[in-house]
Formats: sequence, C-alpha cells, structure tokens
Amino acid sequence: MKSIRWFVAGFVVMMLFGWVIFPAILYTHEEQPLQFSHKVHSGETVGLPCQDCHRLSADGRFEGVPAIAKCAECHAEAIGSTADERLLVEEYVKKGREIPWLVYARGPQNASFPHASHLIGAGLACERCHGSQGTAESLPAFRRNRISGESQAIWGTSIAGFKMAEWDGMKMDDCARCHRERGVANTCLKCHK
Amino acid sequence: MVIDLDRCTGCGACVIACAVENNVPPAHEGTTPRTGLTWMRVVRVDDGRSFPDTRSVFVPLMCQQCDHHTPCVSVCPQNAVEYDEETGIVTQVPVRCLGCRYCMTACPYHARYFNWWDPEWPAGMEQTLNPDVSTRMRGVAEKCNFCHGRLQAARAKAAAGSRPLAPDDYQPACVEACPTEAIVFGDLNDPRSTVSAAASSPDTFRLLEHLGTGPKVRYRSRSAAVRESLTRNSVSSEKEQVHG
Ligand code: HEC
Ligand code: HEC
Ligand code: HEC
Ligand code: HEC
Ligand code: HEC
Repeated sequence: MKSIRWFVAGFVVMMLFGWVIFPAILYTHEEQPLQFSHKVHSGETVGLPCQDCHRLSADGRFEGVPAIAKCAECHAEAIGSTADERLLVEEYVKKGREIPWLVYARGPQNASFPHASHLIGAGLACERCHGSQGTAESLPAFRRNRISGESQAIWGTSIAGFKMAEWDGMKMDDCARCHRERGVANTCLKCHK
Repeated sequence: MVIDLDRCTGCGACVIACAVENNVPPAHEGTTPRTGLTWMRVVRVDDGRSFPDTRSVFVPLMCQQCDHHTPCVSVCPQNAVEYDEETGIVTQVPVRCLGCRYCMTACPYHARYFNWWDPEWPAGMEQTLNPDVSTRMRGVAEKCNFCHGRLQAARAKAAAGSRPLAPDDYQPACVEACPTEAIVFGDLNDPRSTVSAAASSPDTFRLLEHLGTGPKVRYRSRSAAVRESLTRNSVSSEKEQVHG
C-alpha cells in the first residue's frame, strides 16, 4: 500500500512538472512596446482595411508590420487620451523612431514564407494562419521559447503539440501538411533559404 | 546554364557577385585553397607547354547540377541534399546537414564547400547581407543552387501577379554580373529558349562527361583542344582560387 502511495505521489509531482511547471518556465513573457488595438483600427472606429497597414506589394513582397510613418499619418498629434497613444506620439512619432514590435508569427531565419502565394495563389484568409489577431482588442504577451529562441506561435500553445485551433502552431509539419492536402510540392528549397 | 569559355576573360566578377548574393563571408584567417567557401570560382587551365607556346583558358566552376546518379544526393545520410524534380536544381539545406562531408568526397567537380569557421563579417557589413538567403554556421556544407533566393522572390512576384512562373523570370547573380555575357541561363527543357539553342550547338560539352552524371551546366568553346581536355580531365587543381 505504502509503495503505491509513493508511486502516486511521484507520478503527480512529475506530471505537474511536465505539464504545468515546465511550459511556464520554458517560455518568456514579454510585453509589446505599446498596446495596439486592431479592433479600434480595423473595426468601426477607424475602419482601415488590413491591406492599408499590411501591404502586399506588386513585386510579391509582403511588407508585414507597418512602419511608423503609417501611424504618423493620423497620430502626428494625440487624438485620444490613452497612455499608449501618448507613448506612441511622444516616444516614436515625434522622434521618428520605429516601434520595436515583437512579431509572433516570425519563423527562424532559414525559413522563407511568401504571403503572395498564399493570399493570391491559394486564396487563404488571414484567420487560417493567424487566428483572430486582426480583430483583437489588444496584443497578447509575446512568448519566446528559451531554448530555441523562437516564438511560441511556431510550436503552438500546447506543449504536447496538440492543435488547439487550425491556426495554432506553424511548424514545418503544419506547412507541409496543408501543402500535401492541396497537392503543392514540398521540396526543401521552396520554403528554406 | 551554358558558359562560353571563348568569351570568359577570367575577370572574376561572377565570383564576387555570387558571394555577395549568397552571403558568403570573407575568407577566414588561415583559409587555404581547400577550405575556402567558393560557390563559384574561376580556374585557369593551361595546356602544359611553357611560355610563349602555352595556351590557357579560364573555366568558371560551380555546382554542375547533375541530372543522373546525382552523387551528393545519393550519399547524404541526412536527406539534406535534394534533387528538385520541378526545376532540376540540386538543393542543399544547411540546417539539416550534420557535417560529415560525404557529399564533398562524392562530388567529382569539387563544387561543395564546408564551413570550417563560423561566418564573420567586418563590422557594419552584416547590414548588407541579403535577407533572402540565410547565413550558415560552422560545421555544415554548402554549394551553388542557382540563386534560390532569387527564384523564391520570382515565385512570389509571379503569385502576386496571378500568373505562373515563366522560365526567364529570374537570372542568377553570376549571369547578371558577367561583363562579356559569357553565361546564358534559362530553361533547358524549353526548346525555344536561348539557353537550349546554345546547349544544342556542336561546340558545347560537359565536364567529365564520361562519368554520366549529366550536368545541366554546359560549357562551349570553338577550340577542339579545350573541349577535349575539359571533357576528360578534372579541372580543379592546386591552383584553385580562394575567394577573399
Ligand atoms: C487612419 C488613421 C489612423 C492610423 C493610420 C493609425 N491610427 Fe491609431 N487611432 C486612430 C483613431 C481614430 C484612434 C482612436 C482615438 C480615440 O478615440 O481614442 C486611434 C487610437 C490609437 C491608440 C489608442 C487607443 C487604443 O485603444 O489603442 C493607439 C495606441 C494607436 N491608435 C496606435 C496606432 C499605431 C501604433 C498606428 C500605426 C501602426 C496607428 N495607431 C495608426 C487612427 C489611426
Ligand atoms: C493601423 C494599422 C493596422 C491595420 C489597419 C491592421 N493592422 Fe494588423 N498589425 C498592426 C500593427 C502595428 C501590428 C504589430 C503588432 C505585432 O507586433 O504583432 C499588427 C499585427 C498584426 C498581426 C500579427 C503579426 C505577428 O505575428 O506579430 C496580424 C495577424 C495582423 N496584424 C492582422 C491584421 C488583419 C487581419 C487586419 C485587418 C482586419 C489588420 N491586421 C489590420 C497594424 C494594423
Ligand atoms: C492552409 C494551407 C497552407 C498552409 C498552412 C501553408 N501553405 Fe504554403 N501554400 C499553400 C498553397 C495552396 C500553395 C500554392 C499556391 C499557388 O497555387 O500558387 C502554397 C504555396 C507555397 C509556396 C510557393 C510554392 C510555389 O511553388 O510557388 C511556398 C514557398 C510555401 N507555400 C511555403 C509555406 C510555408 C513555409 C508554410 C508554413 C509556415 C506554409 N506554406 C503554410 C497552402 C498552405
Ligand atoms: C498560410 C498561412 C498565412 C496566411 C493565410 C497569412 N499569413 Fe501572415 N504570416 C504567416 C507566417 C508563416 C508568417 C511568418 C513569416 C516569417 O517568418 O517571416 C506571417 C507573418 C505575418 C506578419 C508579420 C510579418 C513580419 O515579419 O513583420 C503579419 C503582419 C502578417 N503575417 C499578417 C497577415 C495578414 C494581414 C494576412 C491576411 C491578409 C496574413 N498574414 C495571411 C502565415 C500566414
Ligand atoms: C512547406 C515548407 C517547408 C518544406 C517543404 C521544408 N521545410 Fe524545413 N522548415 C519549414 C519551416 C517553416 C521551419 C521552421 C519551423 C520549425 O522549426 O518547424 C522548418 C524547419 C526546418 C529545420 C529546423 C531548422 C531549425 O533552425 O531548427 C530543418 C533541419 C529543416 N526544416 C529541414 C528541411 C529539409 C531537409 C527539407 C526537405 C526535405 C525541408 N525542411 C522542407 C518549412 C519547410
């Protein structure tokens, strides 16, 4: 009886460590330099289309997160009265500094991802890969894997690798699976550089 | 790709353009002709006679993109080297490489290189790196892949324009840099392309033709002696030039 109790106690401790404590210490918890609300900007208040800030240029390059010049179009002076907006105007717009955004989706340096092929070629929506970030009210904390240095968005939120949603996790396997389903050739140097 | 040896002056512009395009670092201190990273180099081959009778030819040398028995692909224990059926390009994924250098031994053209050192750039020069090509690390092999960064950019551009990739959508850096237009690049399978016209001329040949690796890099020269010598003999020698 006693040995079973020890076994159960050890099992519980190890499970707790593996499933709760390890993931908590594996990832950092970094705040974005300032809060930004997609809901305000692409929702009813301002109503900017996504392409206004996340432009795909005609030569196929995706411009990603907009430069400070884009924000300055409207925020040359503070419009509202929030602390984040004041920070934006005082620290970045007036000083002409770029905001050091932490990009959740960005993969390792050796992988290359063409938005053009997926948005135009494959006709996919942003939500398929990014979830509801485009309508979110605030930016969540950025979580970096302390071992690999990559964003948590690559592996996904579940430490066991279960997909919590279709867009959760963007590992090589996740890219390749969709390509297989849609008959896109998976040769290494299509995605690697 | 077809390289016209009669036009090549050995200036080395292709070597520099290649290194800049593909983020090849400056040679590390202590680099020898055998340990340098020279995706592309220009080798001088002469006929062995002494001055003033000697005749020499400059041979730009890079991965020959073998078509059959692709030696490096078949020996790689890691699947880090792949033959791309769609383009015919022999590709290399350095992050997958374990550094055994088996591929370098297998390559009859000595066109594969090993990173003996971590890459280092003079201060400030890392700002000029090409974002479309990843930098490598110590302990992996690398080689020419016909500027895949440009191919990927061309694919993205074609996708943005909702059209399929056209064979002449991109040119590798060496082709662009050559001042005498000695290098022609395109789709060898397209009978109307300039490159297939050049490749079907009777004065073209392949290096070490008898090995049967079927390189997709062809050379041409009007001199029968040059054709004869390069078809049979290995061109890499002690005189290998090192990019520095
Ligand atoms: C088309 C004009 C426009 C552009 C471009 C724009 N904004 Fe705004 N922004 C607004 C408006 C309007 C508000 C609402 C002000 C209010 O009522 O508080 C706002 C509010 C904000 C706020 C504070 C309110 C909140 O809930 O977050 C921040 C911070 C902000 N913007 C950041 C940015 C950044 C960063 C950029 C550049 C990527 C940017 N904005 C680009 C119009 C714009
Ligand atoms: C006013 C400009 C603006 C508009 C309009 C806008 N965004 Fe953004 N978006 C930003 C900024 C600034 C960030 C940077 C925050 C960050 O680092 O994630 C961002 C980040 C994102 C990200 C996360 C990128 C990452 O991985 O870090 C996604 C996804 C995204 N936007 C999607 C959308 C979609 C979808 C829409 C349209 C519904 C949209 N955005 C409209 C400015 C904008
Ligand atoms: C939801 C499905 C899906 C996911 C997820 C996906 N892709 Fe794709 N991808 C496609 C489709 C479909 C195409 C073909 C588009 C076309 O026909 O032009 C494509 C094309 C590509 C191409 C261009 C290939 C060519 O021949 O032009 C590359 C490179 C690529 N994907 C890389 C990636 C990478 C890297 C990831 C993961 C980070 C990824 N993809 C995730 C569906 C997907
Ligand atoms: C097939 C999946 C897929 C789709 C569809 C997709 N993205 Fe992305 N997105 C990615 C991946 C993967 C990355 C990371 C790219 C990298 O590593 O550079 C990314 C990166 C981004 C970034 C950050 C870019 C940077 O590096 O600064 C933004 C912003 C973004 N996407 C917005 C969008 C928007 C807006 C849409 C819809 C119009 C969209 N994405 C559609 C997969 C996708
Ligand atoms: C559909 C796109 C795609 C294809 C095809 C692909 N990869 Fe990847 N690969 C990725 C992405 C995206 C990552 C980064 C995310 C991750 O680590 O899972 C990656 C990561 C890797 C890594 C880990 C790199 C690191 O820094 O941790 C290796 C090694 C690798 N790939 C090798 C290969 C080889 C070898 C092939 C060909 C047999 C290949 N890949 C084909 C998209 C692809």
